[in-house]
Amino acid sequence: MKHISQDELILHFYGEGGNGVPEHIARCSECRANFEQLSRTLSAIAFPEPPSRKEDYGAEVWSRIRHKLPERPRVIRWWSVPSRRWATAACVAVLIASAFVAGRYTNRPSARTLDTANNAQLPQKVLVVALGDYLDRSEMLLVEVAHANRPEDLDLNMQRRNATELIANNRLYRQTAQRVGDAGTDALLDQLERVLVELAHTPQGASAADIQQLRQEIESGGLLFKVRVAQVHMKAQAESGNPVRTAGDQSPIL
Amino acid sequence: MESLDAAAVALVRAGDRDAFRPIVERYSAMLFRLAYRITGNEADADDIVQETFLRAYRKLDSFDGRSSVSTWLFRIATNCSLDLLDRRKTQPQLLASDPEEREGTPEERVPSEQPNPERMAYSAEMQASIQAALQSLTSVERTAFVLRHIEGRSVQEIAAALNVRDGSARHSVFRAVEKMRRILAPAMRPVG
Repeated sequence: MKHISQDELILHFYGEGGNGVPEHIARCSECRANFEQLSRTLSAIAFPEPPSRKEDYGAEVWSRIRHKLPERPRVIRWWSVPSRRWATAACVAVLIASAFVAGRYTNRPSARTLDTANNAQLPQKVLVVALGDYLDRSEMLLVEVAHANRPEDLDLNMQRRNATELIANNRLYRQTAQRVGDAGTDALLDQLERVLVELAHTPQGASAADIQQLRQEIESGGLLFKVRVAQVHMKAQAESGNPVRTAGDQSPIL
Repeated sequence: MESLDAAAVALVRAGDRDAFRPIVERYSAMLFRLAYRITGNEADADDIVQETFLRAYRKLDSFDGRSSVSTWLFRIATNCSLDLLDRRKTQPQLLASDPEEREGTPEERVPSEQPNPERMAYSAEMQASIQAALQSLTSVERTAFVLRHIEGRSVQEIAAALNVRDGSARHSVFRAVEKMRRILAPAMRPVG
Protein backbone atom coordinates (compact mmCIF):
# COMPACT_ATOMS: atom_id res chain seq x y z
CA MET A 1 0.00 0.00 0.00
CA LYS A 2 1.33 3.44 -0.90
CA HIS A 3 1.47 5.62 2.18
CA ILE A 4 0.70 9.30 2.45
CA SER A 5 3.74 11.58 2.49
CA GLN A 6 4.56 13.89 5.38
CA ASP A 7 3.87 16.87 3.16
CA GLU A 8 0.41 15.61 2.34
CA LEU A 9 -0.26 14.98 6.01
CA ILE A 10 0.77 18.55 6.80
CA LEU A 11 -1.58 19.90 4.15
CA HIS A 12 -4.33 17.65 5.47
CA PHE A 13 -3.80 19.01 8.99
CA TYR A 14 -4.30 22.54 7.67
CA GLY A 15 -7.38 21.56 5.69
CA GLU A 16 -5.69 21.78 2.30
CA GLY A 17 -5.14 18.07 1.69
CA GLY A 18 -6.01 16.27 -1.50
CA ASN A 19 -8.93 13.95 -2.15
CA GLY A 20 -8.82 10.53 -0.53
CA VAL A 21 -6.48 11.47 2.33
CA PRO A 22 -9.06 11.12 5.13
CA GLU A 23 -10.20 7.76 3.75
CA HIS A 24 -6.63 6.49 3.56
CA ILE A 25 -5.87 7.62 7.13
CA ALA A 26 -9.00 5.84 8.31
CA ARG A 27 -7.91 2.47 6.95
CA CYS A 28 -4.08 2.71 7.26
CA SER A 29 -2.81 2.41 10.84
CA GLU A 30 0.71 3.59 9.95
CA CYS A 31 -0.48 6.79 8.30
CA ARG A 32 -3.00 7.29 11.07
CA ALA A 33 -0.26 7.06 13.70
CA ASN A 34 1.89 9.49 11.72
CA PHE A 35 -0.95 11.92 11.38
CA GLU A 36 -1.85 11.72 15.08
CA GLN A 37 1.73 12.44 16.05
CA LEU A 38 1.92 15.36 13.63
CA SER A 39 -1.39 16.71 14.94
CA ARG A 40 -0.22 16.49 18.56
CA THR A 41 2.90 18.47 17.78
CA LEU A 42 1.25 21.12 15.65
CA SER A 43 -1.66 21.49 18.07
CA ALA A 44 0.81 22.15 20.88
CA ILE A 45 2.34 25.07 19.00
CA ALA A 46 0.52 28.08 20.33
CA PHE A 47 1.76 31.62 20.15
CA PRO A 48 1.25 34.04 23.01
CA GLU A 49 -1.34 36.71 22.31
CA PRO A 50 0.22 39.92 20.97
CA PRO A 51 0.40 42.72 23.51
CA SER A 52 -2.77 44.74 23.51
CA ARG A 53 -2.89 48.18 21.98
CA LYS A 54 -4.93 51.14 23.13
CA GLU A 55 -8.25 51.76 21.47
CA ASP A 56 -6.87 54.83 19.72
CA TYR A 57 -3.81 52.98 18.45
CA GLY A 58 -4.78 53.75 14.86
CA ALA A 59 -5.00 57.47 15.64
CA GLU A 60 -1.58 57.26 17.30
CA VAL A 61 -0.09 55.64 14.22
CA TRP A 62 -1.70 58.30 12.05
CA SER A 63 -0.23 61.12 14.13
CA ARG A 64 3.21 59.52 13.85
CA ILE A 65 3.14 59.08 10.07
CA ARG A 66 1.05 61.98 8.82
CA HIS A 67 3.92 64.43 8.51
CA LYS A 68 5.91 61.81 6.61
CA LEU A 69 3.30 61.44 3.88
CA PRO A 70 4.20 63.47 0.82
CA GLU A 71 1.61 65.82 -0.62
CA ARG A 72 -0.11 64.54 -3.73
CA PRO A 73 -1.29 66.84 -6.50
CA ARG A 74 -4.87 67.85 -5.74
CA VAL A 75 -7.46 67.21 -8.40
CA ILE A 76 -9.93 70.11 -8.66
CA ARG A 77 -13.55 69.05 -8.53
CA TRP A 78 -15.60 70.55 -11.32
CA TRP A 79 -18.34 71.68 -8.97
CA SER A 80 -15.95 73.46 -6.63
CA VAL A 81 -15.31 76.25 -9.13
CA PRO A 82 -16.96 79.24 -7.39
CA SER A 83 -18.45 80.82 -10.50
CA ARG A 84 -20.31 77.63 -11.27
CA ARG A 85 -21.57 76.95 -7.77
CA TRP A 86 -24.45 79.35 -7.74
CA ALA A 87 -25.39 78.48 -11.30
CA THR A 88 -25.45 74.86 -10.29
CA ALA A 89 -27.54 75.63 -7.23
CA ALA A 90 -30.06 77.49 -9.36
CA CYS A 91 -30.20 74.65 -11.88
CA VAL A 92 -30.60 72.18 -9.07
CA ALA A 93 -33.65 73.94 -7.71
CA VAL A 94 -35.26 73.84 -11.14
CA LEU A 95 -34.23 70.24 -11.69
CA ILE A 96 -35.62 69.08 -8.37
CA ALA A 97 -38.94 70.72 -9.08
CA SER A 98 -38.93 69.11 -12.53
CA ALA A 99 -38.04 65.76 -11.05
CA PHE A 100 -40.98 65.77 -8.71
CA VAL A 101 -43.29 66.68 -11.56
CA ALA A 102 -41.74 64.01 -13.76
CA GLY A 103 -42.10 61.47 -10.99
CA ARG A 104 -45.79 62.22 -10.61
CA TYR A 105 -46.33 62.11 -14.35
CA THR A 106 -44.69 58.73 -14.83
CA ASN A 107 -46.89 57.27 -12.11
CA ARG A 108 -49.97 57.83 -14.26
CA PRO A 109 -51.16 54.61 -15.93
CA SER A 110 -51.90 56.45 -19.19
CA ALA A 111 -48.29 57.41 -19.77
CA ARG A 112 -47.43 54.15 -21.56
CA THR A 113 -45.11 55.62 -24.13
CA LEU A 114 -42.70 56.98 -21.56
CA ASP A 115 -39.50 55.16 -20.85
CA THR A 116 -40.49 54.43 -17.28
CA ALA A 117 -37.15 52.99 -16.20
CA ASN A 118 -35.32 56.08 -17.38
CA ASN A 119 -37.79 58.42 -15.76
CA ALA A 120 -37.67 56.50 -12.51
CA GLN A 121 -33.98 57.35 -12.34
CA LEU A 122 -34.51 61.04 -12.97
CA PRO A 123 -34.94 62.08 -9.34
CA GLN A 124 -31.78 60.26 -8.43
CA LYS A 125 -29.86 61.92 -11.25
CA VAL A 126 -31.08 65.22 -9.90
CA LEU A 127 -29.99 64.22 -6.44
CA VAL A 128 -26.55 63.39 -7.75
CA VAL A 129 -26.11 66.79 -9.37
CA ALA A 130 -27.52 68.63 -6.39
CA LEU A 131 -25.56 66.80 -3.77
CA GLY A 132 -22.26 67.40 -5.50
CA ASP A 133 -22.55 71.09 -4.82
CA TYR A 134 -24.25 70.75 -1.48
CA LEU A 135 -21.68 68.37 -0.05
CA ASP A 136 -18.88 70.58 -1.29
CA ARG A 137 -20.27 73.52 0.65
CA SER A 138 -20.91 71.38 3.70
CA GLU A 139 -17.40 70.03 3.60
CA MET A 140 -15.91 73.52 3.56
CA LEU A 141 -17.95 74.50 6.57
CA LEU A 142 -17.07 71.34 8.49
CA VAL A 143 -13.38 71.76 7.71
CA GLU A 144 -13.45 75.32 9.03
CA VAL A 145 -14.95 74.15 12.31
CA ALA A 146 -12.83 71.01 12.55
CA HIS A 147 -9.66 73.07 12.24
CA ALA A 148 -10.67 75.71 14.78
CA ASN A 149 -9.04 75.46 18.18
CA ARG A 150 -10.51 78.63 19.66
CA PRO A 151 -13.67 80.66 19.04
CA GLU A 152 -11.50 83.41 17.52
CA ASP A 153 -10.54 81.03 14.72
CA LEU A 154 -14.11 81.12 13.49
CA ASP A 155 -16.29 83.78 11.95
CA LEU A 156 -19.31 82.52 13.82
CA ASN A 157 -21.77 84.97 12.28
CA MET A 158 -20.90 83.77 8.82
CA GLN A 159 -20.72 80.11 9.77
CA ARG A 160 -24.07 80.19 11.55
CA ARG A 161 -25.66 81.80 8.51
CA ASN A 162 -24.11 79.18 6.19
CA ALA A 163 -25.26 76.39 8.50
CA THR A 164 -28.81 77.73 8.52
CA GLU A 165 -28.87 77.88 4.74
CA LEU A 166 -27.49 74.37 4.45
CA ILE A 167 -30.09 73.04 6.90
CA ALA A 168 -32.87 74.37 4.70
CA ASN A 169 -31.37 72.69 1.62
CA ASN A 170 -30.64 69.55 3.60
CA ARG A 171 -34.31 68.89 4.20
CA LEU A 172 -35.11 69.16 0.52
CA TYR A 173 -32.36 66.75 -0.41
CA ARG A 174 -33.40 64.33 2.30
CA GLN A 175 -36.92 64.27 0.94
CA THR A 176 -35.54 63.49 -2.51
CA ALA A 177 -33.23 60.80 -1.10
CA GLN A 178 -36.15 59.22 0.73
CA ARG A 179 -38.27 59.43 -2.39
CA VAL A 180 -35.74 57.47 -4.48
CA GLY A 181 -35.11 55.05 -1.62
CA ASP A 182 -31.49 56.07 -1.11
CA ALA A 183 -31.14 55.12 2.55
CA GLY A 184 -27.39 55.74 2.69
CA THR A 185 -27.66 59.33 1.51
CA ASP A 186 -30.62 59.86 3.79
CA ALA A 187 -28.59 58.67 6.80
CA LEU A 188 -25.64 60.85 5.86
CA LEU A 189 -27.83 63.93 5.48
CA ASP A 190 -29.47 63.17 8.80
CA GLN A 191 -26.10 63.05 10.54
CA LEU A 192 -24.99 66.18 8.74
CA GLU A 193 -28.16 68.02 9.70
CA ARG A 194 -27.66 67.36 13.40
CA VAL A 195 -24.20 68.92 13.30
CA LEU A 196 -25.43 71.84 11.22
CA VAL A 197 -28.26 72.50 13.67
CA GLU A 198 -25.81 72.52 16.53
CA LEU A 199 -23.56 74.93 14.64
CA ALA A 200 -26.46 77.18 13.73
CA HIS A 201 -27.38 77.43 17.42
CA THR A 202 -23.89 78.08 18.69
CA PRO A 203 -24.00 81.41 20.52
CA GLN A 204 -21.86 84.31 19.35
CA GLY A 205 -19.87 84.25 22.59
CA ALA A 206 -19.13 80.55 22.35
CA SER A 207 -16.38 79.22 24.59
CA ALA A 208 -13.46 77.08 23.58
CA ALA A 209 -15.31 74.15 25.15
CA ASP A 210 -18.29 74.79 22.84
CA ILE A 211 -16.01 74.73 19.82
CA GLN A 212 -14.36 71.58 21.11
CA GLN A 213 -17.80 70.01 21.47
CA LEU A 214 -18.60 70.85 17.86
CA ARG A 215 -15.33 69.39 16.68
CA GLN A 216 -16.02 66.20 18.58
CA GLU A 217 -19.44 65.97 16.95
CA ILE A 218 -17.80 66.15 13.54
CA GLU A 219 -14.97 63.78 14.34
CA SER A 220 -16.76 61.15 16.41
CA GLY A 221 -19.09 60.00 13.66
CA GLY A 222 -16.48 60.32 10.93
CA LEU A 223 -18.79 62.86 9.34
CA LEU A 224 -16.18 64.71 7.34
CA PHE A 225 -14.88 61.47 5.92
CA LYS A 226 -18.35 60.28 5.00
CA VAL A 227 -19.06 63.55 3.26
CA ARG A 228 -15.87 63.18 1.25
CA VAL A 229 -16.71 59.60 0.35
CA ALA A 230 -20.13 60.67 -0.82
CA GLN A 231 -18.50 63.40 -2.93
CA VAL A 232 -16.41 60.77 -4.68
CA HIS A 233 -19.56 58.76 -5.44
CA MET A 234 -21.39 61.83 -6.66
CA LYS A 235 -18.50 62.88 -8.83
CA ALA A 236 -18.21 59.41 -10.35
CA GLN A 237 -21.91 59.33 -11.07
CA ALA A 238 -21.98 62.86 -12.42
CA GLU A 239 -19.06 62.14 -14.73
CA SER A 240 -20.38 58.79 -15.97
CA GLY A 241 -23.90 60.07 -16.34
CA ASN A 242 -25.11 56.76 -14.94
CA PRO A 243 -26.37 56.43 -11.40
CA VAL A 244 -24.48 53.79 -9.49
CA ARG A 245 -27.78 52.55 -8.12
CA THR A 246 -31.22 52.59 -9.59
CA ALA A 247 -34.24 54.15 -8.00
CA GLY A 248 -35.65 51.90 -5.32
CA ASP A 249 -32.30 50.26 -4.61
CA GLN A 250 -32.03 50.18 -0.84
CA SER A 251 -28.27 49.67 -0.68
CA PRO A 252 -26.60 52.57 1.10
CA ILE A 253 -24.34 54.89 -0.80
CA LEU A 254 -21.63 54.58 1.86
CA MET B 1 -16.25 48.38 4.46
CA GLU B 2 -14.55 47.70 1.14
CA SER B 3 -16.45 50.48 -0.60
CA LEU B 4 -15.34 52.86 2.17
CA ASP B 5 -11.74 51.78 1.63
CA ALA B 6 -12.03 52.15 -2.13
CA ALA B 7 -13.51 55.61 -1.72
CA ALA B 8 -10.73 56.61 0.67
CA VAL B 9 -8.13 55.41 -1.82
CA ALA B 10 -9.81 57.43 -4.57
CA LEU B 11 -9.73 60.53 -2.36
CA VAL B 12 -6.06 60.13 -1.55
CA ARG B 13 -5.29 59.68 -5.22
CA ALA B 14 -7.21 62.88 -5.87
CA GLY B 15 -4.85 64.70 -3.51
CA ASP B 16 -6.63 64.45 -0.17
CA ARG B 17 -3.90 63.19 2.13
CA ASP B 18 -6.14 63.14 5.21
CA ALA B 19 -8.45 60.63 3.54
CA PHE B 20 -5.76 58.07 4.30
CA ARG B 21 -6.47 58.42 8.00
CA PRO B 22 -9.51 56.11 8.19
CA ILE B 23 -7.51 53.36 6.52
CA VAL B 24 -4.71 53.80 9.05
CA GLU B 25 -7.13 53.82 11.95
CA ARG B 26 -9.04 50.79 10.70
CA TYR B 27 -6.13 48.46 10.02
CA SER B 28 -3.35 49.43 12.46
CA ALA B 29 -4.31 46.93 15.16
CA MET B 30 -4.69 44.07 12.68
CA LEU B 31 -1.29 44.81 11.15
CA PHE B 32 0.31 45.11 14.58
CA ARG B 33 -0.88 41.62 15.52
CA LEU B 34 0.42 40.21 12.25
CA ALA B 35 3.80 41.94 12.56
CA TYR B 36 4.16 40.92 16.19
CA ARG B 37 3.52 37.28 15.41
CA ILE B 38 6.09 37.28 12.64
CA THR B 39 8.80 39.26 14.42
CA GLY B 40 8.03 38.39 18.04
CA ASN B 41 8.98 41.90 19.06
CA GLU B 42 6.63 44.67 20.17
CA ALA B 43 8.74 47.66 19.13
CA ASP B 44 9.52 46.08 15.76
CA ALA B 45 5.83 45.41 15.21
CA ASP B 46 5.04 49.07 15.89
CA ASP B 47 7.71 50.11 13.39
CA ILE B 48 6.38 47.69 10.80
CA VAL B 49 2.86 49.09 11.12
CA GLN B 50 4.16 52.56 10.34
CA GLU B 51 6.39 51.37 7.53
CA THR B 52 3.49 49.45 6.02
CA PHE B 53 1.31 52.53 5.78
CA LEU B 54 4.14 54.69 4.46
CA ARG B 55 4.85 52.15 1.73
CA ALA B 56 1.17 51.76 0.97
CA TYR B 57 0.73 55.51 0.61
CA ARG B 58 3.72 55.81 -1.68
CA LYS B 59 2.57 52.86 -3.80
CA LEU B 60 -1.07 53.84 -3.86
CA ASP B 61 -1.04 54.37 -7.60
CA SER B 62 -0.04 50.75 -8.11
CA PHE B 63 -3.01 49.47 -6.12
CA ASP B 64 -5.28 48.09 -8.81
CA GLY B 65 -8.26 47.26 -6.61
CA ARG B 66 -8.35 43.59 -7.61
CA SER B 67 -7.79 42.64 -3.98
CA SER B 68 -9.23 44.41 -0.98
CA VAL B 69 -7.28 47.15 0.78
CA SER B 70 -6.90 44.90 3.83
CA THR B 71 -5.37 42.11 1.72
CA TRP B 72 -3.07 44.60 0.05
CA LEU B 73 -1.94 45.98 3.41
CA PHE B 74 -1.51 42.46 4.74
CA ARG B 75 0.91 41.71 1.88
CA ILE B 76 2.87 44.90 2.42
CA ALA B 77 3.10 44.26 6.17
CA THR B 78 4.27 40.71 5.53
CA ASN B 79 7.02 42.02 3.27
CA CYS B 80 8.01 44.70 5.77
CA SER B 81 8.23 42.01 8.45
CA LEU B 82 10.28 39.81 6.19
CA ASP B 83 12.65 42.68 5.43
CA LEU B 84 13.11 43.28 9.12
CA LEU B 85 13.80 39.61 9.82
CA ASP B 86 16.35 39.61 7.02
CA ARG B 87 18.06 42.67 8.48
CA ARG B 88 18.17 40.93 11.84
CA LYS B 89 20.28 38.10 10.43
CA THR B 90 23.25 40.18 11.45
CA GLN B 91 22.10 39.88 15.05
CA PRO B 92 22.87 36.28 16.05
CA GLN B 93 21.25 36.57 19.46
CA LEU B 94 17.89 37.02 17.78
CA LEU B 95 18.10 34.54 14.94
CA ALA B 96 19.55 31.15 15.66
CA SER B 97 21.37 29.00 13.17
CA ASP B 98 20.27 25.58 11.96
CA PRO B 99 19.27 23.23 14.83
CA GLU B 100 21.95 20.71 13.89
CA GLU B 101 24.55 23.34 14.70
CA ARG B 102 23.20 23.77 18.21
CA GLU B 103 24.33 21.74 21.15
CA GLY B 104 22.13 19.70 23.43
CA THR B 105 18.40 19.07 23.47
CA PRO B 106 15.84 21.87 23.58
CA GLU B 107 15.39 21.23 27.30
CA GLU B 108 19.09 21.68 27.89
CA ARG B 109 19.28 24.79 25.75
CA VAL B 110 16.31 26.54 27.27
CA PRO B 111 16.10 26.31 31.04
CA SER B 112 12.67 26.24 32.55
CA GLU B 113 12.04 29.15 34.90
CA GLN B 114 9.15 27.44 36.66
CA PRO B 115 10.20 23.99 37.92
CA ASN B 116 7.01 23.35 39.94
CA PRO B 117 4.38 22.14 39.61
CA GLU B 118 5.29 19.79 36.81
CA ARG B 119 2.56 20.85 34.41
CA MET B 120 3.57 24.50 34.64
CA ALA B 121 7.14 23.51 34.14
CA TYR B 122 6.17 21.53 31.10
CA SER B 123 4.23 24.45 29.70
CA ALA B 124 7.09 26.86 30.21
CA GLU B 125 9.48 24.34 28.75
CA MET B 126 7.23 23.85 25.78
CA GLN B 127 6.96 27.59 25.17
CA ALA B 128 10.70 27.95 25.38
CA SER B 129 11.14 25.06 22.98
CA ILE B 130 8.68 26.65 20.57
CA GLN B 131 10.64 29.88 20.69
CA ALA B 132 13.87 28.00 20.10
CA ALA B 133 12.29 26.10 17.22
CA LEU B 134 10.97 29.32 15.68
CA GLN B 135 14.40 30.87 15.84
CA SER B 136 15.78 27.96 13.88
CA LEU B 137 13.61 28.89 10.89
CA THR B 138 14.73 31.13 8.08
CA SER B 139 12.84 34.40 7.76
CA VAL B 140 10.75 33.05 4.87
CA GLU B 141 10.00 29.78 6.69
CA ARG B 142 9.03 31.59 9.85
CA THR B 143 6.77 33.99 7.98
CA ALA B 144 5.15 31.20 5.98
CA PHE B 145 4.63 29.16 9.13
CA VAL B 146 3.08 32.05 11.06
CA LEU B 147 0.78 32.86 8.17
CA ARG B 148 -0.33 29.23 7.80
CA HIS B 149 -0.37 28.09 11.41
CA ILE B 150 -1.44 31.20 13.32
CA GLU B 151 -3.10 33.44 10.77
CA GLY B 152 -4.83 30.55 8.99
CA ARG B 153 -3.87 31.80 5.52
CA SER B 154 -4.02 29.44 2.57
CA VAL B 155 -0.94 28.47 0.59
CA GLN B 156 -2.15 30.69 -2.24
CA GLU B 157 -2.47 33.69 0.06
CA ILE B 158 0.97 33.05 1.51
CA ALA B 159 2.43 32.78 -1.97
CA ALA B 160 0.85 36.09 -2.95
CA ALA B 161 2.08 37.77 0.23
CA LEU B 162 5.63 36.50 -0.22
CA ASN B 163 5.52 37.11 -3.97
CA VAL B 164 6.55 33.54 -4.72
CA ARG B 165 4.92 30.64 -6.54
CA ASP B 166 2.47 28.40 -4.72
CA GLY B 167 4.96 25.53 -4.74
CA SER B 168 7.63 27.64 -3.05
CA ALA B 169 5.21 28.81 -0.39
CA ARG B 170 4.06 25.25 0.20
CA HIS B 171 7.64 24.02 0.61
CA SER B 172 8.44 26.84 3.00
CA VAL B 173 5.57 25.65 5.19
CA PHE B 174 6.73 22.02 4.90
CA ARG B 175 10.30 22.87 5.85
CA ALA B 176 9.13 24.98 8.76
CA VAL B 177 6.88 22.23 10.11
CA GLU B 178 9.64 19.63 9.75
CA LYS B 179 12.12 21.77 11.67
CA MET B 180 9.56 22.54 14.34
CA ARG B 181 8.74 18.84 14.73
CA ARG B 182 12.38 17.86 14.99
CA ILE B 183 13.15 20.40 17.68
CA LEU B 184 9.94 19.89 19.60
CA ALA B 185 10.05 16.08 19.54
CA PRO B 186 11.91 15.75 22.88
CA ALA B 187 9.48 18.14 24.53
CA MET B 188 6.45 16.20 23.29
CA ARG B 189 6.39 13.76 26.18
CA PRO B 190 3.34 12.78 28.24
CA VAL B 191 2.63 15.01 31.21
CA GLY B 192 2.53 13.21 34.52
